[in-house]
Amino acid sequence: MAEEKKVVRKVIQTSKDMGRFMKDYYYELNEAATTGNRKIAWCTSVGPTELLRAMGFLVYFPETHGAMLGSTRTATDMIPAANALGYSPEICSYLTADVGAYLNKFTPLSKAYPGIETVPKPDVLVFNTNQCRDVQDWFAYYAREYNVPVIGVYTNRSVGDVTETIVDDVAKQIEGLVKPLEEISGNRFDMDKFKEVVGLSRRCSDRWKEVLETNAAKPAPMTFFDSSTLMGPAVVGRGTQVAVDLYDQLLAELKDKAAKREAAVEDEKFRIYWDGMPVWGRLSAHSKLFAGLKANVLSSTYCSSWIFTALDADDPFRSMARAYTELFIVRSDDYKETYIKDKLDFFDIDGIIYHDARTCPNNSNCRYGMVKRVEKLSGIPSLTIDGDLCDMRCVSDEQTKTKVEAFIEQLDELKG
Amino acid sequence: MSQSVYVGIDLGASRTKVAVLDAAKNVIGRAVHNSGTDYGQTAELCLKEALSMAGVGMDAIAAGIATGYGRSNVTFANATKTEIACHGKGCFHYFPHAISIIDIGGQDNKIIKLSDAGLRTEFKMNRKCAAGTGAFLEEMSLRLNIPLEAMNDNAKKSTDMVKLGSYCTVFSGTEVLENIRHGKKVADIVKGLFFSVIKRVLEMDSLTENVVMTGGVVAHNPYLVDMAEEIIGRKIEVPPYPQFSGAIGAALFAINQ
Ligand code: SF4
Repeated sequence: MAEEKKVVRKVIQTSKDMGRFMKDYYYELNEAATTGNRKIAWCTSVGPTELLRAMGFLVYFPETHGAMLGSTRTATDMIPAANALGYSPEICSYLTADVGAYLNKFTPLSKAYPGIETVPKPDVLVFNTNQCRDVQDWFAYYAREYNVPVIGVYTNRSVGDVTETIVDDVAKQIEGLVKPLEEISGNRFDMDKFKEVVGLSRRCSDRWKEVLETNAAKPAPMTFFDSSTLMGPAVVGRGTQVAVDLYDQLLAELKDKAAKREAAVEDEKFRIYWDGMPVWGRLSAHSKLFAGLKANVLSSTYCSSWIFTALDADDPFRSMARAYTELFIVRSDDYKETYIKDKLDFFDIDGIIYHDARTCPNNSNCRYGMVKRVEKLSGIPSLTIDGDLCDMRCVSDEQTKTKVEAFIEQLDELKG
Repeated sequence: MSQSVYVGIDLGASRTKVAVLDAAKNVIGRAVHNSGTDYGQTAELCLKEALSMAGVGMDAIAAGIATGYGRSNVTFANATKTEIACHGKGCFHYFPHAISIIDIGGQDNKIIKLSDAGLRTEFKMNRKCAAGTGAFLEEMSLRLNIPLEAMNDNAKKSTDMVKLGSYCTVFSGTEVLENIRHGKKVADIVKGLFFSVIKRVLEMDSLTENVVMTGGVVAHNPYLVDMAEEIIGRKIEVPPYPQFSGAIGAALFAINQ
């Protein structure tokens, strides 16, 4: 009988320090929320966090809570409460899981970090619609619930060239946040502090980029399933020195692994690119599935979303406007296709997986004919899997397994 | 001593199929049963029947490959292969040139494209929805209160096909009820259901020049092939034993082992 092979996954040492960082981060937020010693801003994952940090806020990102609900596989139990309130099962399942958790008075933070009872109550909610409209609705819900102000930046979507007009507009909007934030925080805006935070954020972004690029090595030292969690500090800690230090450490570890040819996936035979979000509740299962087939999913659009190369401490407002508009998710399909093609070349990819996440059209790039266009452009075969980031009712494990196995068989045949 | 045979077991979500091939790649035995709840037991039952049809015993099995959703539940197979690979192999055996295979199964549909060399270039499986699969027709036969086996003849009798527009099985069910209420003939509704199955499958992917149709649903409802030919405007090939394409492909892999 054909037996399922036991898959040994390689440990990344720095992940322990990353874990400690996340723990400190949540306890600090919890202390601020319970004692009132610091103001708390909620921010979207690619929102204007540098400004918030420079204004003295501790910054909390509900999307990471959504991802936690997903990875702890508690999201699916929470979502129905939000659906019953009129938030459709078809919209962002980060939103519905998070709102559902709020309604159920539940947070996975309590189990992960004993003593934390709830998510930290916000003093202000700050969004950027660069990623989607859902974040605005999501924050509007909490603005009503907590009776706190919600402010934000409205960015164009499907942007081709990031023109000066767009940058001017977004930069003005970010500047426009200063006054309300001064009122809410009680702190005066300090340009030097702002520049320092933007500089640190850029350094964090540069390190993270280098970390991801270590996977160009053959064999690759890390998987997408590792980087999906290793990116935590780049999301919640950018703009701090400790995040920069952590990525310095991670970079050194991965460079060392690459030099020693330490493979993340034993006998790496297939190099896979992942487009779209992870299926958080199946991170480990998918990691094992691919590793068992000697396939390393080693590069992704998603993890590269926290690279902000345009950030420039000497021109903080405009460079933030540019950096947060230049992102993949904000751009036109033409741009996206070239971007993916570059990644395929850089990482020497054999096959592409598109995750069509039922509730996030914004991160599912396979819906407007791109799959066939990229295939034509690159000659690299691809597979689309249906699933979701959090809502496990949209995930069929058996179908995913069959599709992935069949896809790797196909790549194997092509390699001859 | 009896001849050596090669076995392919396709443990599908609805039916389990076993094909027994001799070394010259002829199908000499086959059997099919509902997969039921005990996959292992059903596989053994099919194997016994197929071997008996082939006139050989267990000791004649030189190699066996399992495929289908329940492939890892088969204890007597040497290895497993996905049903995508096996369907491709089974069809290429009969049509050894570039083909697009449309497989309509009980729970899922596939479109598999093979190159002139028989290499797979692309495949698609339906999304997590029963629309367009055998399960859809089973559900509708219940609603119409006619046996599943009678669907094909009914569809052929239709003179004025009912158009069903819905995407999902539940909505289609409501549409069917509405048509019954309006006094539409059962034959016309069944043809409408067949048409919607074909439409759902064809919207999964584009097709290359030569098209092959397989699967249990096609085996039992050959009129689906006529309808598909009409829609795409060219001839569609159907291999011998279309329900067994996956099992035959698995047995062919066993021969190659
Ligand atoms: S981009 Fe997608 S997953 Fe992220 S918040 Fe928007 S809808 Fe949700």
